[in-house]
Amino acid sequence: MKLKSLMIAAMAAAVALPASAIAETKVGMITTLSGGGAGLGIDVRDGFLLAIKQSGRDDIEVIVEDDQRKPDVAVQLADKMVQAEQVDVLTGIIWSNLAMAVVPSVTAQGKFYLSPNAGPSALAGAGCHPNYFNVAWQNDNLHEAAGAYANSAGYSKSFILAPNYPAGQDALTGYKRFFEGELAGEIYTTLGQTDYAAEIAQIRASDADSVFFFLPGGMGIAFLKQYQDSGIDIPVVGPAFSFDQGILQAVGDAALGVVNTSQWSKDIDNPTNAAFVESFEAEYGRLPSLYASQGFDTANLLISALETADVSDADAFRDALRAADFNSTRGDFEFGPNHHPIQTIYAREVIKEGDVFTNKLIGPALENHADAYAGDCQM
Amino acid sequence: MSFILLVEQVLNGLQFGIMLFLMAAGLTLIFGVMGLINLAHGSLYMIGAFAAAAVAGYTGSFVLALAAALAAAAIVGAIVELVVIRRLYDKDHLDQVLATFALILIFSEGTRWLFGSFPLFLDIPDYLSGPVTLPGGIQYPLYRLFLIVVGLLIAIGLGALITKTRIGIQIRAGENDREMIAALGIDISRLYTLVFALGAGLAGIAGALVGAIQSVQVGMGEPVLILAFVVIVIGGIGSMKGALIGAILVGLTDTLGGIFLPELLKLFTDPATATSIGSSLASMAIYILMGAILIWRPTGLFGARS
Repeated sequence: MKLKSLMIAAMAAAVALPASAIAETKVGMITTLSGGGAGLGIDVRDGFLLAIKQSGRDDIEVIVEDDQRKPDVAVQLADKMVQAEQVDVLTGIIWSNLAMAVVPSVTAQGKFYLSPNAGPSALAGAGCHPNYFNVAWQNDNLHEAAGAYANSAGYSKSFILAPNYPAGQDALTGYKRFFEGELAGEIYTTLGQTDYAAEIAQIRASDADSVFFFLPGGMGIAFLKQYQDSGIDIPVVGPAFSFDQGILQAVGDAALGVVNTSQWSKDIDNPTNAAFVESFEAEYGRLPSLYASQGFDTANLLISALETADVSDADAFRDALRAADFNSTRGDFEFGPNHHPIQTIYAREVIKEGDVFTNKLIGPALENHADAYAGDCQM
Repeated sequence: MSFILLVEQVLNGLQFGIMLFLMAAGLTLIFGVMGLINLAHGSLYMIGAFAAAAVAGYTGSFVLALAAALAAAAIVGAIVELVVIRRLYDKDHLDQVLATFALILIFSEGTRWLFGSFPLFLDIPDYLSGPVTLPGGIQYPLYRLFLIVVGLLIAIGLGALITKTRIGIQIRAGENDREMIAALGIDISRLYTLVFALGAGLAGIAGALVGAIQSVQVGMGEPVLILAFVVIVIGGIGSMKGALIGAILVGLTDTLGGIFLPELLKLFTDPATATSIGSSLASMAIYILMGAILIWRPTGLFGARS
């Protein structure tokens, strides 16, 4: 009995100790660390924590929680972080449907939200908020760039497909906004579908000269492997989500030579990016993905704002965030009027470096590109 | 809509159905013999795929990978039966669902712990990759034909096992009256372990076969599990023949519905609405099929018990 109470006292002391060290800024990170989409959340978290570590600041406390890719869990975590933990800034959400469930309520409570990934159109247009900053992209951006690339590659008839959910619809809308040719076919697949034999047969039967697809995660791996095995040689274009560092190894040869669009690539030539790629690999033993670069940039934006303003002074802190005075892994970075990035989006090609599949820059697909919804934002 | 496309889609539906059968066969055996609802069947599918990817990565041999998938899933299945499932036979279905759901979480996070969060690579061997030309000028992937053939061979083998062998007689007797066969001196707990391992092995080999053309990742088994439940409900719980017919019906409905419903609707409305309504309807098609069959035959196509 005595031993037990001693142990409890010791544990209580151990728990109380870090709290007594003064953390001036509390950051709540809600991200996906378990289940099928965990690779993305882990990359964002690792990129974010790497930047915090490199800054050497010990007055930023990051609380990381797993949303399991479930909107209800994300909402509970957000409530807990705002009310019990009293965080100043929230970040981390990967999926647009979770962002829609969390972001409007936390920004309405006066907290800041920095999005390292999801950029649903509703939050870029009429639903924009002064305390919401997106450090990655508006959802349509990479698809718009894919459409622009298809024009420059001389494609005139595309077969396009995406899952039937909001980000999938945004993807096809984005592609069609910039693609000037006609469509050979347009298919909405089921979210989570893993067998694309039926769609591939339709592509074969069409007279398309190019295929655009947005199938994030495992869906894209399945599609590419099956597409290669079908023997169809119509070129494929897609956003970076099916070609990021985390899944390329699982796709294998099927991805070689495919052109994809991204705001980041590991060979973008600037000192910040070179240092980021090197230090990420040294720290975690793997190459960073675009998600990791987004987490890294998000943390550096936060640190840059904290250097000029205190988070308790919301107006000054917001101005400091808006200035975006940090070295981005993408090179130039600035926010548009709706707090979404204005940035260059590149075309990349999948190559093999030794045993590792990775991406190589081809060139810009859209330069200094802003999103289509900024005009609807009244801030 | 050309004839070639139609034939290709029918083959696709058939292939999908036969892979579903491998999952559903184990599920229906376990439910039929032991009265157990096993939600963790999808995890065994995942274990098969991961074992295959690991062995293929290490040895480079696809045949060894398939053997490893079968062995790993069957061994894990046997262990799970001995440690957990055994305690659930006399519990009601809610307890079984809760316990096997817990197993899903344990297996998913355990696999992530062992293999990491990123999908693994498992590819078709060179001798099975690429398309072949079928009579009529149809280009069809060789690997998918291989899946159809392997699946049918396994189905025939299972049928022979159930109808022709001593162990098959015991399994069928166990479905009908478990007290009686125990009274006849058959070691019922050994039989249960065997049936569970057999079902698990089938799921494992399905995971490995399908993993080569899809992605090997944590959580890959659950979507298939739902379809496998639909299959056994349609086919009649406990019926192997029902599982085969049900699986092929679901496979064909899912594949053909996805193409023909939008085409059909284009006759009535403009293409954009037809595509969006058609694809929504197509994703419901198998559940509509299930509902219709249950209205017509409440115990499924080949379900014996009422």
